[in-house]
Amino acid sequence: MGRIEERFTALNKEGRKAFVAYLTAGDPNLKTTAELIPALEAAGVNIIEVGVPFSDPTADGPVIQAASQRALKKGATLEKILAMIAGLRRFSGIPIVLFGYYNPILSYGPERFAGDAAAAGVDGILVVDLPPEEADELRRYSDPAGLAFITLIAPTTDPKRARKILQGATGFVYYISVTGVTGTAVPRPDDVRQDVERLKKMTVLPVAVGFGISTPAQAATIAPLADGVVVGSALVRLIGEKGESIGLIENAFSFAEEIRRAIDAATTGTP
Amino acid sequence: MMKRTQPDRDGHFGIFGGRYAAETLMPALLELEAAYRAARKDTAFKKEFSFYLHEYAGRETPLYEARRLTETLGGAKIYLKREDMNHTGSHKINNTLGQVLLARRMGKKKVIAETGAGQHGVATATTAALFGMECRIFMGEEDIRRQAHNVFRMKILGAEVIPVAAGTATLKDAMNEAMRAWVSSVRDAFYVIGTTAGPHPYPVMVRDFQSVIGREARRQILKKEGRLPDLLIACIGGGSNALGLFHPFLGDPGVAMTGVEAAGKGLDTTLHAASITAGRVGVLHGNKTYLLQDEHGQVRDAYAIAAGLDYPGVGPEHAWLHDTGRARYVAVTDEEAVEAFVALSRQEGIIPALESAHAVAHAIRTVSAMAKDRIVIINLSGRGDKDAETIAESREGKE
Repeated sequence: MGRIEERFTALNKEGRKAFVAYLTAGDPNLKTTAELIPALEAAGVNIIEVGVPFSDPTADGPVIQAASQRALKKGATLEKILAMIAGLRRFSGIPIVLFGYYNPILSYGPERFAGDAAAAGVDGILVVDLPPEEADELRRYSDPAGLAFITLIAPTTDPKRARKILQGATGFVYYISVTGVTGTAVPRPDDVRQDVERLKKMTVLPVAVGFGISTPAQAATIAPLADGVVVGSALVRLIGEKGESIGLIENAFSFAEEIRRAIDAATTGTP
Repeated sequence: MMKRTQPDRDGHFGIFGGRYAAETLMPALLELEAAYRAARKDTAFKKEFSFYLHEYAGRETPLYEARRLTETLGGAKIYLKREDMNHTGSHKINNTLGQVLLARRMGKKKVIAETGAGQHGVATATTAALFGMECRIFMGEEDIRRQAHNVFRMKILGAEVIPVAAGTATLKDAMNEAMRAWVSSVRDAFYVIGTTAGPHPYPVMVRDFQSVIGREARRQILKKEGRLPDLLIACIGGGSNALGLFHPFLGDPGVAMTGVEAAGKGLDTTLHAASITAGRVGVLHGNKTYLLQDEHGQVRDAYAIAAGLDYPGVGPEHAWLHDTGRARYVAVTDEEAVEAFVALSRQEGIIPALESAHAVAHAIRTVSAMAKDRIVIINLSGRGDKDAETIAESREGKE
């Protein structure tokens, strides 16, 4: 069993929900990213999505676009990000999902990427613009390397297509809770409840919900409806505002702790 | 076998094309593909499309023998396919009529589009006005500055022009923003892509709508000359005017075709837009194709004096035609394009779009070496009124 599955199983036993946090690697710089991840883990984050910056992030809203630009300006590359993760692995066992777009991976070479990512200690990959129809060119290498291939389900995905996507899904399922780009709209709990319930009938994999959850209150509303919540843009905004100034790590830690508390308060006792 | 008029089921031309899109858009792309397949077989749709092409856009466009240019160059006989004579001033209207008619058929009431030079934006805004649809056009701030005239036209036509400040604020960034807007409004909006790029089915759909150019040219040249041409020349940004001309000739082995990319300030600089000539295989805007990118897979900003060629990718079918050797791709610098712009204006009384001037420039440097009994067709994809200021700036101090 991989680290992702282990983490969800353990949380499930405790009756708790997963807190998945996204940050853009290399913003404000890779050294700080390497410090942020253990701090977030200490604050109660269960899974880290490490965003690989791309020049043209068409599924992202302004916050993550800006973070990607900053990270690229600071020289973040896939190679350096993998080295940063390998460094973290010396002391951290937190499940890590690489989150990004296909072109940097294609440029790196899918086969070489799969080998290097697994060796660095990456647990899963989520490639936004690689739908199941095109995924084979990467999965033929990443599956044998033991990398979970996290698939997205959107509010626009109909049940027939969802079933097809879920057949090939591993790790967990990422449910996009709004019809839009990251960090620009707020999910409607009733819709999320309905959609996640439907998904849960189709798969045994855990379902995490993301794309519009930015406050402790929103996390508290969504957490009981799924196996986990993803907070991305709100954390990235905080990192962007603090930048390299003193107090960034502490601020990120407090923010994550608040989200953690809100999730636990809303779900403790729920089976 | 060189000829293949269709990509595979999922829109692949060899290794190129495909549907590299976020899941939120996938259902919309599949829906669009089904709707397009049905429309393509529907006689009523074809009739309606043809009606508007003739009665509204003003087709067919002339295939004009450029006698003075031919004489000056002293080589092959040159014909110009006059797409500049379409309503709105370029070939772009062929595609927007097709897509907006399809949008109507699908019950969509809003359209969105990206634009570089503004020609596609104007054509989309025009078509939206014609059918009473709400229209939003995404345009880079740099292009808004370069093409102020077209921005006025779009606004007069009732479209909302949304400035995009990201990146180099040109076509690529406008397309990123249009895709984001589409993700957020995918249930009721139709995204009118202006070129033979983007996720499947766009490259096929745009090619089909633009193929009227080549079908007419084929019929016209057979009537005028009693035979097929030896060479077709067209400029390439995303590649829609070129594919529109080339496609109906793909099965004619005697017809050579050359696509002309923008070499900008030179291929030895980073200031160009020659994705096939100087790019690597990559994935952007939903398709796999040749792409200007750095060694880490970050997309580079393209540059071209012609805003309509200022794009770091190219339609996947062109990438495939290049790899199979069926078409040839070359590049022309800003300077050569400006010279050709002036030459055609003075010798034929036709001011070409700076984009089209790239095709003319390649003709100028090659046609004189061809025998006099050879026939060349240049696609004059648009008219150059919009470029007067750019030309004035670039020629300042030269005369």
